[in-house]
Amino acid sequence: MTLNYEDIMVGDELPELVFGPVSRHILALYCGGSGDHNPIHVDIDFAKKAGVGDVFAHGMLSMAVLGRLLSEWVPQEQIREFGVRFTAITPVNSTITCHGKVTQKFEQDDEQRLRLDLSTTIDDGTVTLAGTAVVAV
Amino acid sequence: MLNRDYLGFVAKPVSVPVEAGQIRLFNKAIGEKRPVYNDETAARAAGHRSLLAPPTFGNCLQQLATDVGITHEDVGLDFRYLLHGEESFTYHGPIYAGDTITLQTEITDMYDKKNGALEFMVTVTRATNQLGELVQERRMVTVMRHPQGGQS
Repeated sequence: MTLNYEDIMVGDELPELVFGPVSRHILALYCGGSGDHNPIHVDIDFAKKAGVGDVFAHGMLSMAVLGRLLSEWVPQEQIREFGVRFTAITPVNSTITCHGKVTQKFEQDDEQRLRLDLSTTIDDGTVTLAGTAVVAV
Repeated sequence: MLNRDYLGFVAKPVSVPVEAGQIRLFNKAIGEKRPVYNDETAARAAGHRSLLAPPTFGNCLQQLATDVGITHEDVGLDFRYLLHGEESFTYHGPIYAGDTITLQTEITDMYDKKNGALEFMVTVTRATNQLGELVQERRMVTVMRHPQGGQS
């Protein structure tokens, strides 16, 4: 798939990507796969003692899935910047939906680039990550 | 509480091998099934020198580093009350399975809000590969919440 700078308009939306539900099994896989061994994401006993009731997903799991939204839209080598703020916790068993929208077209470093607004939401519409990316096309 | 003595601290560089099996397990967790990320032959056929590490895998390298010269306890971070505030990457080149990535982290800011009920630590990590190429810079904001409100 090749994107053509001329054909892309500000306001264009990326195809949504849906991931989940985020089971305890996925959280265990991400714990091992990411090297983030913080027990609050996999050990319900620890989570209860910390006063949060149950385990919740790693913010970086949502960011990784958001990264798939980007790299399925442009080849990964064309991603220049990618950043997010974590705005709400993702409870276990949530379904994550990734959104992206073109907000700017510009040229920099002899490249044609796009700035994107990005977010992830969970089932009730809560925004869990909000961020931006810059990609070259 | 955060130990403000560490503001400006530059950790010693630490080298981390990028393992193909680790990338595959990461991919399994995040639902990344494409061959270029999971199959060496397909990755080479697409012009890569090995499996491509996904965009946020640089965060994992930090987590997988065994000795970064500083511990959560040193800085005053308590796993029970940690939240991840922000994460951002600036990319200069790819990371591949088989690479050895050298990470150097600096604590660039520490501050608090709500009369100390929330404390923030900002770190910037530069990742350089075995060829001496800067491949990415990663900025992270870590939040410590103090359930009892502001503490001295």
